[in-house]
Amino acid sequence: MTLDLGVFCKSTLDGEVVEHCFSSIFGLGQNADPSYLDWLMKAWGWTLGVAGLGLAIALILGAVMGTLRTLPDNGKVSSLLVRLSTAWVELFRNIPVLVQVFLWYHVIPAFVLPLKALPSYWLVSIALGFFTSARIAEQVRAGIQSLPSGQRAAATALGLTTFQTYRYVILPMALRIVIPPLTSESMNAIKNSSVAFAVSVPELTLFAMQAQEETSHGVEIYLAVTALYALSAFAVNRVMALIEKRSRIPGFIAASNDASLAH
Amino acid sequence: MKNTYFSRRLQSSAVLAIVTILVSSGVYASSVTMEKIKSTGAVTMGVRESSIPMSYTTGDSRFDGYHVEICRMILGDIKDKLGMSTLRINYQPVTSQNRVPLVQNGTVDIECGTTTNNAARAKDVGFANTLYVEEVRIAVKANSGITSIGQLAGKKVATTTGTTSVQLLRKHEKANGVNFDEVFGKDHADSFLLLESGRADAFVMDGSILAGNIANSKNPKDFKIVGEVLSTEPIAIMVPKNDPEFKAAVNAAIAKIVAKGKMPGLWNRWFLSPIPPKNIVVGLELSPATKNAWANLNDKPAEDYNKK
Repeated sequence: MTLDLGVFCKSTLDGEVVEHCFSSIFGLGQNADPSYLDWLMKAWGWTLGVAGLGLAIALILGAVMGTLRTLPDNGKVSSLLVRLSTAWVELFRNIPVLVQVFLWYHVIPAFVLPLKALPSYWLVSIALGFFTSARIAEQVRAGIQSLPSGQRAAATALGLTTFQTYRYVILPMALRIVIPPLTSESMNAIKNSSVAFAVSVPELTLFAMQAQEETSHGVEIYLAVTALYALSAFAVNRVMALIEKRSRIPGFIAASNDASLAH
Repeated sequence: MKNTYFSRRLQSSAVLAIVTILVSSGVYASSVTMEKIKSTGAVTMGVRESSIPMSYTTGDSRFDGYHVEICRMILGDIKDKLGMSTLRINYQPVTSQNRVPLVQNGTVDIECGTTTNNAARAKDVGFANTLYVEEVRIAVKANSGITSIGQLAGKKVATTTGTTSVQLLRKHEKANGVNFDEVFGKDHADSFLLLESGRADAFVMDGSILAGNIANSKNPKDFKIVGEVLSTEPIAIMVPKNDPEFKAAVNAAIAKIVAKGKMPGLWNRWFLSPIPPKNIVVGLELSPATKNAWANLNDKPAEDYNKK
């Protein structure tokens, strides 16, 4: 089996080799017709876009829902919020992500008409974001519950309100603790974004399926796509490791194991 | 020292193994497929799940269709040729993405779906003589007022990922300086759903697939096939490459079927009469191009059809 990487320099229209194969991706040259490499880069952009948007939704919602699940049982409002967030987590983590994508694309817009106007990448990002948020919520909850109960008691003794307790005592510690599992979840968001092909987002998986059909060079195409997925996920890993290092506070629980946690 | 010794031994045994494989495969190179059919008493036919009426499932993992019936006739002929009393046919559903690799690696002996015979694929697989010539058309909602591809500029056009129609649309955009807002279904049923639900204004695909999906829809009168023929493509039965003896046997069987005058009846049965499982009628008239293919059996690729 020999690899013919020249396939990426071919035009997507007539299969001829294009003039500016590599320079065009750096904006130095302009091809008359896009090459498969140009298309691959565009598809990579879609993958990163969908994953990034989904991850942003997931981090915000996940942190909120995870926090709400740990509210102390003192009053009607807080018990309602606990139940609501529990229902959220159970709903979105018990349905396969591909099914959720179809629900958001085909089913929900049939009932909520304004959603029909939303482009499909938004719908996928919402589906991906909600799915991931349920998982992140559980990690945030685990982080909060791993703190000794004395922390909360001390905050109450100081006269802090529930909001102040979370804002100044519990969350600053808990969110640092959950950075390693959040790293995995952020990498998962990149990988799970491949389901977007099913609802017409021209991302890497869709590129692979279409380009291997047009070029009959499935091995090269899939290898390139695999490399880009791995590279993207690894980049996320490094960024999260940097965040972990920067946010570390000496003497805190998260810092006790030091470098071994970063990997 | 020890390590080098072992790795050398490993290398030489690996080389030996490869040589053995090459030599042994050389012995049966005359027709691997026929040998396999004879020794196992079974053959694997690649079929499609939802390419009505060419090749589709009628439920309970049974498969039928125009190409599937022709393939059964071909395999019957090959069975007689090999002097076998029975031949078990295993049906293997394939998709646009995996059909070529599955024929290449020998999982599927004969693919009877809706594969376009083109030069790029011909590098990897063999094609039997064409019995169906496909014309790529446009399906729209009957009340949309769209009658030609010129009216689709700036509109949402659906097509299926992993088909030649995607590239065809791209070429058309370039040649005519228009821009379509393309949406990609993951299979034909999905693409049709895009048209049905209004997410797309048109569905560009092979005429038989459009006709089949329309016939199978809730309200077939709501859709129609319009406009010029965008491309003409020979759809052929796929066989392994480098097995000319098997291909010749398949082509001989096809010639026999055509000579017996069975083709018009087959067309009538699958394209103009009610077909299982829902007794729908596809309603696609026999095109001059297909008639011509029956009269002059050949395995020309799509590139030869679209030369102008």
